[in-house]
Order: sequence, then structure tokens, then C-alpha cells
Amino acid sequence: MARIFAYIVHKGGIVDDSAAELANIAKRIDPTSSATAIVTGWGGDLDAACSSLLASYSEVWKVAAETLAYPNAELVRQALVSILPPRCILLVAHDHFGIDLSPGLSIKLNSAFVSDVLGIDGIDGNSLRLVRQEFGGQVSTHVRCDISSGAVINVRPGAFKSESSSLLSGVVIDKSAAVGTLTARRRYLETIVPEAGDVDITKHSVLVSVGRGLQEKDNVALAEKLAEALGAAVSCSRPVVDAKWMEKSRQVGSSGKTVKPKVYLACGISGAFQHLAGIKGNPLLIAINKNPKAPIFQVADIGIVDDVLEFLPELTNKVREMRGVAAK
Amino acid sequence: MEILVCVRRVPDMSENEIELNAAGDDVERDELVYSVNEADNYAVEEALQIRDRVGGSVTVVTIGGEDDEEVLRRELAMGVNHAVLISDEAFNGSDGRGIATILKDFVRKGRYDLILTGVQADDGAAQVGGMLAALLDYPFASLVNSITTDSGGKLKVSREIEGGNREINEIDLPCVLSIQTGINEPRYVGMRGIRQVASIPIPALGASELGVQTASVGEGAAKVRRVDYFIPPLTKGAEMLHGSREENAEKVLELVAARGGLK
Repeated sequence: MARIFAYIVHKGGIVDDSAAELANIAKRIDPTSSATAIVTGWGGDLDAACSSLLASYSEVWKVAAETLAYPNAELVRQALVSILPPRCILLVAHDHFGIDLSPGLSIKLNSAFVSDVLGIDGIDGNSLRLVRQEFGGQVSTHVRCDISSGAVINVRPGAFKSESSSLLSGVVIDKSAAVGTLTARRRYLETIVPEAGDVDITKHSVLVSVGRGLQEKDNVALAEKLAEALGAAVSCSRPVVDAKWMEKSRQVGSSGKTVKPKVYLACGISGAFQHLAGIKGNPLLIAINKNPKAPIFQVADIGIVDDVLEFLPELTNKVREMRGVAAK
Repeated sequence: MEILVCVRRVPDMSENEIELNAAGDDVERDELVYSVNEADNYAVEEALQIRDRVGGSVTVVTIGGEDDEEVLRRELAMGVNHAVLISDEAFNGSDGRGIATILKDFVRKGRYDLILTGVQADDGAAQVGGMLAALLDYPFASLVNSITTDSGGKLKVSREIEGGNREINEIDLPCVLSIQTGINEPRYVGMRGIRQVASIPIPALGASELGVQTASVGEGAAKVRRVDYFIPPLTKGAEMLHGSREENAEKVLELVAARGGLK
């Protein structure tokens, strides 16, 4: 069986949530051995990340280089190509860094690449069966991956719940010397944090969140009227920002804001995992969508198959009626 | 600047409900409405805007069959200078690496400073751009949501990272960038525009013209293969409300109030 590694992302010495998940996935691929974590970086942050990884991994490979203080995928790729043994399986979280790193890394390792994996469906010799999704999560698919020359597997964050681990003693091995001088033709300059918008959606207990089902910019007003009646704020999914109907500061999701409301009204939102990743705190999730097969109905508490352009004004009227009665 | 944009024709997600076919081995494709992949459309628009700022030309390429010509026609109507169809039975069943290999051979036939792809297509793999860059040994950046062309020999690009933050990088040319949706506002293409380019010949190139080693592409070379499509067993899912619109609205209001959601 091929040796399994997990590349772990960390920020300021805090390892990513995916660290424990990747250890868990490695166990599903090969229950008889445990994965080796690889972490790159520099200074105290790197040492802190290594220490905390010993909770989930019996072996941690560390690569220290000043040029790796910020995770530039081109430099990390060079480091990994220097230290990974042939024909190994490397697990990586499918986030903005994994998307940057893994496809090119698989070429340089001459190994297979499978992206955004949600499940492990067994292994048969050199054939690893994995579960993915296509068409925005509307259908799933089994994929067969030939691992005879190794594989890079990008795993969807949150797809594998981590189990509590009980490791007795782990070891950190310093692999820095095996990595030569790293040079990149892409250089990190800075990170820009967006300016706060007029409304802070992370502070609201009720969100009227709108998606592509709104059809056009003018219909944002339907959501605004409802939000005004409810004392709520309007948030949105990515296609609404792409179409310039609302500001980026209103976007919920992995590339937008993380929100923790009490109530989340998903209006015309299909329910892509990147969007759902931004909804925390287990709110009451009410989904209105005219497509009965929309993935959002799999995760919502309450579902209504209806056109949001019709339903939103109806709900707004009901709220106003109730307020009118209460005012008497 | 000589710019190449790699595009793909996919089912239009805003127009279709995806269902399995009777055999369960594919999605039902007969009724699907196809169009250019959404992220690729943004990539083409970005290429046109860069060309109009700094000069040069834009070439669009796709791998597929006759049906895929329609997206190339659409890009010509948008204003690209050249469109090329790569088509060969030997390419059928290629995995991401196979597609990237074919594109690599095409790129080597020309001279491009900048190669753009959409960040991902309908399979959500987000792989071809990064693989193509590695095969060409060009630098690569994914999830690009702005491109600045103010200095020679390099670009300043912004990547979309977590929390709405933007990671700014400088990247040497030639390079490959995968373009995120929302980077610009793609221009509208009407039927009239498409009719105006209807007679422009679109060259079709196969394995021999490109010098593609057919053993390294196609189904035989694929390390990754889709076995089937399936609908996962339903989770408990949402409690569906089946009342009239008015009844449903009343119920929602009740539930929101019960959660303390009315201020």
C-alpha cells in the first residue's frame, strides 16, 4: 500500500480545521497505517503548528524556510517535489490554496489528481474509488483513480468529520535540508482586507439571503422590503455579487462572510457547498426555491418549492399585517 | 499582448435541472441547454479588456466536436480575433491531465504571453489551468479576480482567498491564470452579433496537426475515470411545506417569530 501524506495549511501557527479530517480520510483509505503530516513555514509559527499536529499524526515532517513564511503554492510545490517519495498518496484540503497547489503538483509528481473529493468508496489494488459531485452538487459520481504512480487527492473541507484521536507520542522530523533553494516566478505582495460595507451581515440575527433565483437586480428590492419589515438584513450568495446586484460585503460563503444568525431565509439559493460553508451556529434554515431538486433542500430545516419573486412579497405582507395588528 | 483563452461548452446551470438518464450511467443530456462555461465567459471578457488596453490579439480554443463550435462562434461575436476547435476521436475520454496535455501541445504551436482559463467548469474540478501551467513550466495563479498590466514582462494579479480577502501577487509572463467569476461584467452577445460571424471559418485541428502523442491522452491514458453518476441517498432533508403560498408564508412567519427573529 502506498504511503499516505497530508499537507497541512496553518496560519500564524494555528493549523487548519482540515488537519484532523485529513488524518481521518487517510484511515479510510488504509486502516492499517497512519498518515504523515507535512507542514511548511518559518519560525515559531511553524513549530507551533508542528506541535499541535502531534494530536492527530504520529509523524510530522516539517520544512522550514524563510521563503515559505507565506504559503506561495509555487514554492510549496518545489519543496514537496523534493521530499515526497515516489508513488505516494498526498491529501490536501480543497480550498483556495489546494486549488492553487495540487493540479500542478500532480503533474510534477507524475501522479493522478482528483479534485474536491467528498467520500472514499474503497480501494482495490491500485484502483481507489472516490465520491465527487458535479453540476453544482446536483448529482454525485463515483470516480476510479489509478494510484500506481501515486495520487494527489484534494478533499472538500468539512466532508469528513474528524474523530477524536488518542495518539500517545508522535515525532517531528525536520526535512528542511532536503529542500534546496526555492525560487518563484510568482511573488506574494500583500493581502487586502475588504472595506466594511454599509451593513454588517455578521451582526444580524435574521438574514434574508438571496441567490440567482432573484433573476435580476431590481428584484433585490423584494428582499429589502421583507428585511425591513422583519428588522433583518439582506445577504446573498456568490452569483448575486458576480452579477453586481449586491456588494461583496453582503456575500455569505467560504469566499465571503461567515454568519451565525438565528434564522436564515435562503431565497432562490441553490445551496452550493461554498455558500453553506459560511453559515454557522445551526440557525433555523428556511429555503425557498422553485427547483424541488435544489441541494439546499437537503440541508434546510424547512423547505418551500415556490418562486421567490412571488413568495417574498406574500411573506412581506404577512409580516406587515402582523405588525399592524400588534400596533393596535 | 498575445492572449489565449481556453473555454468549454457545458450545460447552462441557470437553465437546467440535472437528472439521471434511464440507464443511470449519465445525466439526461437530450433536453439540456448548453452555453459557454460561466467562468470561461469572464475569462474571455478579461482577455478582450486587456487586449483593448495594451494591444495584441485574443485567441479562443476549445476541445470537443462539431457541437462545440457554437461557443467559439459566440466568442468571435464577443470580439476575439481567432477561434480554434481542437477535435479528434483519440481525445475522447481524456481526464484533466489529458486535456491539459492536448492544450500544452496547442500552446507550443503558437506564441502566447498570457493563457487564461475559467477557474472551474461543470465538473467542479478546477484542474486544467494548473496542470497546463505545470506542463508548460509557466507560473500559475488560480481564482484570479483582478489583473493589472502596468509593467512590462509581468502582471499584478489578485486572488480570491477566504473571507472576501484578496491576495495580491506579482507574476512573470508568460503565465497561466484561472479566472474567477465576477472579475468583470461580460458583454452581451445577441443573435445578431452571432449571425455576423457565421461565415468566419473556424479551423479544426486534430492530434496529427498538433503533434499530440495519442498514447498520452484519451481514455487509455486517463488515470482518473468517472464510473457512474448517482443521486446520493437522501438525507432527512427539509420539512417541506405543501400549503398554499399564503399558508406557507404564515407558517414561515410563525417559525421566525418562535426563534425570536422578530424585532
